[in-house]
Amino acid sequence: MNKRSLVSALRWSCAGLTVFLSGCNMEVLSPKGDVGMQEKSLILIALGLMLVVVIPVIVMTLVFAWRYRASNTKATYAPKWSHSTAIEAVVWAIPCVIIAILGTITWRTSHTLDPYKPLESKVKPITIQVVSLDWKWLFIYPDYGIASVNEIAFPTDVPVHFEITSDSVMNAFFIPQLGSQIYAMAGMDTQLNLIANEPGTYAGLSTNYSGAGFSDMHFNAIATSQQGFSDWINKAKASSVNLDVQAYHTLAQPSEKQPVAYYAAVKPGLFNNIIQQYMGDMSMSRIGTQSPAQASAIPSSNDHAKASE
Amino acid sequence: MFGKLSLSAIPYNEPIIMGTLLMVTLAGAALLGWVTYQRKWGYLWSEWFTTVDHKRIGVMYIIMALLMLLRGFADAIMMRGQQAMASADAAGYLPAHHYDQIFTAHGDIMIFFMAMPFITGLMNLVVPLQIGARDVAYPFLNSLSYWLTAGGVVLIMLSMFVGDFAATGWLAYPPLSELKFSPTVGVDYYIWSLQLSGLGTTLSGINFIVTILRMRTPGMTLMKMPVFTWTALVTNILIVAAFPVLTVTLALLAADRYLDMHFFMNELGGNAMMYVNLIWIWGHPEVYILVLPCFGAYSEIIATFSGKPLFGYKSMVYATAGIGILSFLVWLHHFFTMGSGADVNAFFGIMTMIISVPTGVKLFNWLFTMYRGRVRLTVPVLWTIGFMVTFTVGGMTGVLLAVPGADFVLHNSVFLIAHFHNVIIGGVVFGCLAAMNYWFPKAFGFKLEERFGKYSFWCWLVGFYVAFVPLYILGLKGMTRRMNHYVNPEWQPYLVVALIGAVIIMAGIGFTILQLVVSVRNRAENRDLTGDPWGGRTLEWSTSSPPPFYNFAVLPHVEELDQFWADKEHKRAYKRHAHYADIHMPRNTGVGVFMGGFGTVLGFAMVWHIWWLAAFGLLGMVASFIARAYDTNVDYYVPGAEVEKIERARLVPSQKLVEHVDPASAGQKVA
Repeated sequence: MNKRSLVSALRWSCAGLTVFLSGCNMEVLSPKGDVGMQEKSLILIALGLMLVVVIPVIVMTLVFAWRYRASNTKATYAPKWSHSTAIEAVVWAIPCVIIAILGTITWRTSHTLDPYKPLESKVKPITIQVVSLDWKWLFIYPDYGIASVNEIAFPTDVPVHFEITSDSVMNAFFIPQLGSQIYAMAGMDTQLNLIANEPGTYAGLSTNYSGAGFSDMHFNAIATSQQGFSDWINKAKASSVNLDVQAYHTLAQPSEKQPVAYYAAVKPGLFNNIIQQYMGDMSMSRIGTQSPAQASAIPSSNDHAKASE
Repeated sequence: MFGKLSLSAIPYNEPIIMGTLLMVTLAGAALLGWVTYQRKWGYLWSEWFTTVDHKRIGVMYIIMALLMLLRGFADAIMMRGQQAMASADAAGYLPAHHYDQIFTAHGDIMIFFMAMPFITGLMNLVVPLQIGARDVAYPFLNSLSYWLTAGGVVLIMLSMFVGDFAATGWLAYPPLSELKFSPTVGVDYYIWSLQLSGLGTTLSGINFIVTILRMRTPGMTLMKMPVFTWTALVTNILIVAAFPVLTVTLALLAADRYLDMHFFMNELGGNAMMYVNLIWIWGHPEVYILVLPCFGAYSEIIATFSGKPLFGYKSMVYATAGIGILSFLVWLHHFFTMGSGADVNAFFGIMTMIISVPTGVKLFNWLFTMYRGRVRLTVPVLWTIGFMVTFTVGGMTGVLLAVPGADFVLHNSVFLIAHFHNVIIGGVVFGCLAAMNYWFPKAFGFKLEERFGKYSFWCWLVGFYVAFVPLYILGLKGMTRRMNHYVNPEWQPYLVVALIGAVIIMAGIGFTILQLVVSVRNRAENRDLTGDPWGGRTLEWSTSSPPPFYNFAVLPHVEELDQFWADKEHKRAYKRHAHYADIHMPRNTGVGVFMGGFGTVLGFAMVWHIWWLAAFGLLGMVASFIARAYDTNVDYYVPGAEVEKIERARLVPSQKLVEHVDPASAGQKVA
């Protein structure tokens, strides 16, 4: 193969690859929110930077193997040559330089893309409390006093502040087209800040395997206009059921393929109660039931806290 | 009496499992029947099962690894089949509980019972020969390690037919793996099979560190050790540092499950993330434990077949040691999404990237070893070149995942699955198969067939890309791992392609088996009487193939890095000695088999809460050990006259063969 045909083959294969990749609509690489946008460009920059070394290494591997094949007796054979300070300096230096650049980018973006960091916006963020249950997602809107299962809605261009926990095993909360994910863990409150800049219904899912019903633990995230959001809130408010202690216990029972549901009202402080049942007084109490520790004569540290209130 | 065990533990109603059980039973009965018919039990027992010869133990490890590759691959192709079918919420053919066990078992089997035995087998076979030793430092311990690992294999295989296996993912994260969420015996099988094999691995690690540090032949300083031995040394240091962490972590999980402790539970102050940290403090070094010896094998192969010394030996050694140290400083990159904060994430991300520097240096060194060489494109070299290309891609996606900002959208996706298969298949599996093709003639005295070896390579290489490029794309489409079924029908075409890739890999495995069968059948044609079929550079090629049980009649003296090459060059290889001294050798012993057997009984009894049987197993282990400790008849001397007889018999054919030897080393065969 001469050089020209090689170049044209490369060109065609690049074009083919582009067509192939653009043919498959890749959600993570077509984000609909600012966080996702930044993460997409980070991925592309990091890949580009690494290809600077990766492509030459692959090409050199193939070229050297072919050029110095045993049957090619025209190629130089240096049976003793095994050291060159210059080459070794270069092969240590090149990866070091690339990693220095990439490391700097990593340090910077780890901070700018820290999921806990509130997004800069003139608009006041919406808070959504997220509870992973076996095997569904409970969403509580503390500012609106409503709750939903397996569906959330929020207005576009408004930062959404997620507070995330679990009342069972570990899960991870992820809406691929909006950006970052974070774990949902019992007794812990993790945080995530996202924003949608385009209206649409985006798939959300758990990305941490959590048992039998895991594959159905998906939800819709609806990014809509302010009006659409108000309508959605009103739809929830029109629901005939409330999320009181009893309803929560029923919901928390393991179930698979749970349909979307709305709750017109939520027991105040439910989210914190869910977290606290695994911490503080170490009582293993379920929400709303009095625990043996609380009933006992020995005051726990939490009782002191309560007494001082 | 039988704890939780009853006849209902056998999954009669699962046709797939029962079909497998039938096949395994028939094949097993056929094998046992054949061995009985051939009257080979005595031979197997006295020559193989009770052996303390590192070469035979190495071969047994590799046979175990190849068998478990079949089991692990069966799991893999079942998963691919399920995901190719279960689109748009279709159920597929595997119920969730079965599918969840399969992906768990696939990971555990491939890592603990395929990759680990394979590299342990290679180290067993090669390290003592490379350093001019007659065996490992503790031959009995070596046998014990093997039989403990075999006990783990028995337990994990048994879990398929009696009870179930963990349905938790291969690392069994709590709280899911706690009794409350996993009430069956699956996680208990997981714990005890890994504890048994983990104990075996730790003991192996100690054994090899002592062997490499104390048993090198005179003159072989550390910086004159072959690179494979260097990588084995670093790997075994990692094993001894990391495996106790695994043992303790699993012991704590067992305490949670058996004694109602609360180390990792949600309740009473337990913390599951502690487990996640601990398991990855073992888990990340583990991937380097697997890949470093493979790097060593590639180094030996590329130098031998390029007819040149390895380029940048010192760089290679420092890079290996550097990777070993750094591997303990990166574990948190497995869970950036835990929410540790930007400083912590950035630290672990950057440490991870730094590992790519020594790894990159290694790649360049292999490249420059080929440069101005005479590269013979044999099967081991094909695997090496395939590795260099594939691993580079896998390394790149790995560094990408090490950027926390990128990991936030790629974590736990099938992009991650594609990444680690890219490095583990491209690095470890290719490395093991390259090493098998390279050292096979040393172990058995005949070469493996080239043709089927090449078919196997091409199937694996093409199959890998066809199977895993779609997963890279699906990861970017937002598909997460471990899904039994999915809603989005757009994913299905990619998963069908991935299944086709798995079928191509299956053909690759088929060709490897065919290669072994045909090579054994045609062994007369592929016989190597010189002991040096490739024009080797290091000491293992200076002895005959297969080597005599004492390896070296006279311990070689080392002055150079590639001692054997230098000996051939200066025409002092294959030296005849006027006098052979008596050789001190260890005696075979069945104690390792008994301890492994009692250990398996102990594990099985613990799984099913059969306490009296557990006590029996434990006492059996302890009693066997005490019996061994008081046994004074553990070694003997091979008389010099016998050594002389064996050596004379060997040197005759190698002299005759000198004109047929490979041109790269011809003319230097006989002193």
